[in-house]
Amino acid sequence: MELLALFSDFTVRTVAIGAALVGAVAGVLGSFALLRQQSLLGDTLSHAALPGICLGFLIAGSRRLEPILAGALVSGALAALLVLLLTRTTRIKTDAALGVSLSLFFAFGTVLLTYLQRHAGAAQAGLDAFLFGQAAALVPRDLVVLAVVGGASLLVVVLGWKELKVTTFDADFARSLGRPVVLIEFVLTVLIALAVVIGLQLVGVILMVALVIAPAAAARQWARRLEGMVVLAAVFGAASGVVGALVSASYRGLSTGPVIVLVASAFVVVSLLLAPERGVAWQLMHALAQRRSLRAHRVLVDLYRLAQDHGDLDYASEQGMLDAYFGGPTGHVLRRLERRGLVSRAQHMPEEGTHWILTGDGRRQARELLTPFGERDAAVDGATP
Amino acid sequence: MTGLQGWLDQPGVTIVLVGALVGVAASLLGAFLVLRRESMLSDAISHSVLIGIVLAYLLTGALDSPLHVVGAALAGLLTVWLTDVLVRSRRVKSDAAIGLVFPALFAVAVLLINVYARDVHLDTDAVLLGEIGFAWLDVVRVGPLEVARSLLTMLVITLVNLAFVVFLYKELKLATFDAMLATALGFRPGLVGYALLALVSVTAVGAFDAVGAILFVAFVIVPPTAAYLVTDRLWRMLVLGCLVAVGSSVGGYALALSFDVSIGGAMASTTGVFLLLALIVGKHGIVARALRRRTPGPPPSILRERETGGAP
Repeated sequence: MELLALFSDFTVRTVAIGAALVGAVAGVLGSFALLRQQSLLGDTLSHAALPGICLGFLIAGSRRLEPILAGALVSGALAALLVLLLTRTTRIKTDAALGVSLSLFFAFGTVLLTYLQRHAGAAQAGLDAFLFGQAAALVPRDLVVLAVVGGASLLVVVLGWKELKVTTFDADFARSLGRPVVLIEFVLTVLIALAVVIGLQLVGVILMVALVIAPAAAARQWARRLEGMVVLAAVFGAASGVVGALVSASYRGLSTGPVIVLVASAFVVVSLLLAPERGVAWQLMHALAQRRSLRAHRVLVDLYRLAQDHGDLDYASEQGMLDAYFGGPTGHVLRRLERRGLVSRAQHMPEEGTHWILTGDGRRQARELLTPFGERDAAVDGATP
Repeated sequence: MTGLQGWLDQPGVTIVLVGALVGVAASLLGAFLVLRRESMLSDAISHSVLIGIVLAYLLTGALDSPLHVVGAALAGLLTVWLTDVLVRSRRVKSDAAIGLVFPALFAVAVLLINVYARDVHLDTDAVLLGEIGFAWLDVVRVGPLEVARSLLTMLVITLVNLAFVVFLYKELKLATFDAMLATALGFRPGLVGYALLALVSVTAVGAFDAVGAILFVAFVIVPPTAAYLVTDRLWRMLVLGCLVAVGSSVGGYALALSFDVSIGGAMASTTGVFLLLALIVGKHGIVARALRRRTPGPPPSILRERETGGAP
């Protein structure tokens, strides 16, 4: 209720819409980064935006969003280029190249930031808000910029869908089809940089990487096809943005970026646990069910073999003997089989304790279980005295 | 003695010394991270040690208790362990796992600061950018000398790292280049790896005050990478990395003074100059590579690589 009341507030609504936009775009483009195993490129791109932000501010002389975003995009692209240069022309590995690019660009960014703070007069204008994001700094005019940039990058994804998809999953195949793979990879990198850049104001350079990776990683657990994954990632991203923005707006002093990141991380944890087929909880249940059915099958076969050995298909086996045969307690397994109508209880007069007989269904199932092992004929032989 | 004290009383000397020690401590460990292709773990650790520091602060109410080191080391190991768990679950790849774990921990830390520690020195800008410029203000007495606290801390950390690398040189080398063989010979390469990353975390805490979290990453990765372009021998890579770190500290301080900018940032940026130099003059640099392409040498063979001592 309180959150709904918040939503009617004009500023909060602006922030929520902006955060939803940013989250959705980051989710879509992050999916490609995740599948191409370039998640940490997002980290490098977002840190490397800092000098661009400062230069954009320096050139424009104001805190207008467009020049700052343009600067961030350019320095992000340069950082990506440096990674490419180092890995393609020297023996430096990808991880080191990413780290080098990240730390050098960020270092240069802090140099510029302090330079601006000390020399450009009082006009530092809260540039450090870009470190962790500041929702309050978002004005409606910024929404237009975010919408245009985000919309344009989504449009590129839709138009180039087939090319992006084939390059993401099998670049060699794409090359053999004559697709301009280098160009497509370049476009993808720029798109990821764009996704990072439009989130800087809300989430900040330090944590923007999480908004690129987390929604995509969460969506990956639920989806089997790229289409589903991308849509779901957009939804997760938008939801993280809105919830994060609202929560940070309702408690004084909470930075927006960290809250959004934590919500997105929560999506990941829930998805890892619960998603069908891939989720940890799901697989645990599946494994339990399998173990249970395996036990049931073993008890059925044991009963059948005992009957066979006694030359009497209606032979009533004593439960203690079954336990010994099975190598553990069988009571609960037998009761479950009884409920399914595969075995029935019997009393063997002179002896104490429960005895069990295979029903017709039980016998049939036991035979089916043994068929693949070539024991069926023997079973029939044994059954006819 | 008074001569030494007079030297230490100059802010510039303390600042350069602290920067150089951070650089040496970081690049000693960084060489192994770069060779193990785990460089980005240092980035992850440098972010998530913040949560160790914040929790230690909330528990003790002090900003410089020894609990900080413990908290930070634990936070660093937690990052590595969580990343490991995610990767082993085979539901996310290792790059994404790193990118999922450290932002979450870092976000928690920032929010804890937002809520509980708004008005202490522990503000996030300081953590990111460092305040090496004030390093000389906070002094402690050691015998007859007054030494800056961060200088003392970094000296201890550097010595510990140096001892680690020197005494476990063989184990580290083996675990880095051939983990399988290390296991077969009865070493525990996994344990060595965790020890390495624990030391990275501790060093990150020490470096926090001086150069900030992310600039620490520059000192971990860039000097060893520059050295990696110049030499094929591990010990030379370690020594060269340290030299680059010291040079960056001196050069960076000079630059920072002349342009009046962040000292930590300038020091970290200067490591980039050395990397550029290595790209130009290094035997594995861009220029050397281009020259090699032009003049056809003997064909590379497995045999020849083995004779020269084996670059990885």
